[in-house]
Amino acid sequence: MNKTALISTLKKFSKQYLPCIIVTVFFIICQIMISANAMPRTTKSMLIPVCVYIVMAVSLNLTVGISGELSLGHAGFMSIGAFTGVVMATYSREVFGFSQPLQLIFALVIGGIMAGIMGFLIGIPVLRLRGDYLAIVTLAFGEIIRNILNCIYISLEGKDLHFGFNNNTLPGTQIMRGPTGVTGVKTISTFTAGFLLVLFTLIVVINLVHSRSGRAIMAIRDNRIAAESVGLNVTGYKLLAFVSSAVLAGMGGALFGLNYAVTSPSNFSFNASILILVYVVLGGIGNITGSVIAAAILYILPEELRSFNDYRMLAYAVVLIAVMLITNNAKIKNFINNLLKKNDEKGGETV
Amino acid sequence: MSAFMSNLLSGVSLGSVYAIIALGYTMVYGIAKMLNFAHGDVIMIGAYICFTMMFNLNMPAFLGVLIAMAVCTLLGVTIERLAYKPLRQATSLSVLITAIGMSYFLQNLAQLIWGANPKSFKSVIPNGSISLMNGSLKISYTTIVTIVASVLIMVALTMFVNHTKMGKAMRCVSEDRGAAQLMGVNVDLTITITFAIGSALAAIAAVLMCSAYPTLKPTTGSMPGIKAFTAAVFGGIGSIPGAMLGGILLGVIEIFGKAYISSELGDALVFTVLILVLLVKPTGLLGKKVHEKV
Repeated sequence: MNKTALISTLKKFSKQYLPCIIVTVFFIICQIMISANAMPRTTKSMLIPVCVYIVMAVSLNLTVGISGELSLGHAGFMSIGAFTGVVMATYSREVFGFSQPLQLIFALVIGGIMAGIMGFLIGIPVLRLRGDYLAIVTLAFGEIIRNILNCIYISLEGKDLHFGFNNNTLPGTQIMRGPTGVTGVKTISTFTAGFLLVLFTLIVVINLVHSRSGRAIMAIRDNRIAAESVGLNVTGYKLLAFVSSAVLAGMGGALFGLNYAVTSPSNFSFNASILILVYVVLGGIGNITGSVIAAAILYILPEELRSFNDYRMLAYAVVLIAVMLITNNAKIKNFINNLLKKNDEKGGETV
Repeated sequence: MSAFMSNLLSGVSLGSVYAIIALGYTMVYGIAKMLNFAHGDVIMIGAYICFTMMFNLNMPAFLGVLIAMAVCTLLGVTIERLAYKPLRQATSLSVLITAIGMSYFLQNLAQLIWGANPKSFKSVIPNGSISLMNGSLKISYTTIVTIVASVLIMVALTMFVNHTKMGKAMRCVSEDRGAAQLMGVNVDLTITITFAIGSALAAIAAVLMCSAYPTLKPTTGSMPGIKAFTAAVFGGIGSIPGAMLGGILLGVIEIFGKAYISSELGDALVFTVLILVLLVKPTGLLGKKVHEKV
């Protein structure tokens, strides 16, 4: 292989995995700051939630951006991952005697699998619908999941897990108590685990997008009928994207659940889904690097600007509307296109 | 028997409110082909306006309701002009996200103006009830007024859509926007009027709803809004009789579900109905089947 080919491969590689590189650089900077004691406590406590929301935003982008289906129930998958993760971490500690990292891995894997199973079950009916109907049904499923979680009681007695529906008299130590959710959770999530999960999510999504299946998913998004007519299995590919997104959201949820002592089903309301959607839209629909940056900035910024908290959501709403109006304005679109064209021409001249 | 009857009546009463909200959804969806997610929040604003007029400015109830209707109409038209009109040619994803943004905006605006603490809305309808069946069945005035008001609204709206020139224009635009424009129908005006009617109905629904369920919060409108959309889909979106039928059935299902199955799962039950309807009959009970053109 000659030198230019090597360089072009490297360029392509670094372009494809740009989000991974950004995340790694930031992780190293944060680690250096932590070891030098240069990071304020409040910022330090935000590192894991930032990782969680990056995972959530990237996984939602897979559904909304890559597959083109507006999902309004992403927090539902997150909640399944969170509660499964907490129960599994407790179970593996008490019954198998796992060490903390092993508990975390076990919780993440089972949380992801459970959310994936739910995603599959929900995806089969939902993905037959289109557009607004699909959005409203994902919203409905998100609410149904939250309603049902409000009624679920789980307790651990010796080696047995007891499940109860609206029954708070289960024997043994109660792990999950309906609307109260899980309390007294051992917070075993670590920043390194969060970073690895973000990296895992990015690699899965980027590889999926650049694979044959990813191209099929995008072809279906751009023109379903044309894609179907060249023999693509529309439901199959949509389901692939939807379930992958649910699994990743479940893993993010498990990390989230194991980061706080208390988590209740009301943490995963419709508003939580919208918050993640805001990250995706403002980062650029379909743009993975954008999702990563938007999730990180939009999570940290409002926390740092606590005094403007009242206006935070108002500002989100205005920005959301403004972004939609601007990106759909023909004049501004032409202007940006012209600008990009000019830049390209200039670049061409210098080379 | 009397418990059954009283559940049925409160179901029909709740369903009538859903039906009035669903009319707003279904008309906008039929004509502008967009899901106006902010409709539920227009209801919430209407309720707050009526609350402020009646309790802070001590106006009589009917004046409060009228002002709430006027403000909501203005709000609906403004939202349409500022946020939705520039997106006529945009993808449905962009329109839906804009509508969600608008819903968020209204909720947070209300929270800034009226605060996050729930307000207790005093019924605009005098307390009291009619006793039937030797006093074993009590029907409150609120229930009666709600049902009567919704029937009147439905009749008036059906007459308007079927027998006036504007109604004809609405039906034209909903069938084929391009062709309607070629025939000289003012499409923008028609859509604006649809939004105005839908928002005025939202104000009435707000007052009726808050008279029966008196807690008023910035998020009061979102759940009824979503349920009313469910009702509109249930009955067949775009169809006015469908919205009425869907709304009333949904209200009855919700109340019966809460009474006989589980009080926690009432909402879940409503959404399960939505999903089942969309799977079995995606066009709803009274909807028309539309074939997709390639």
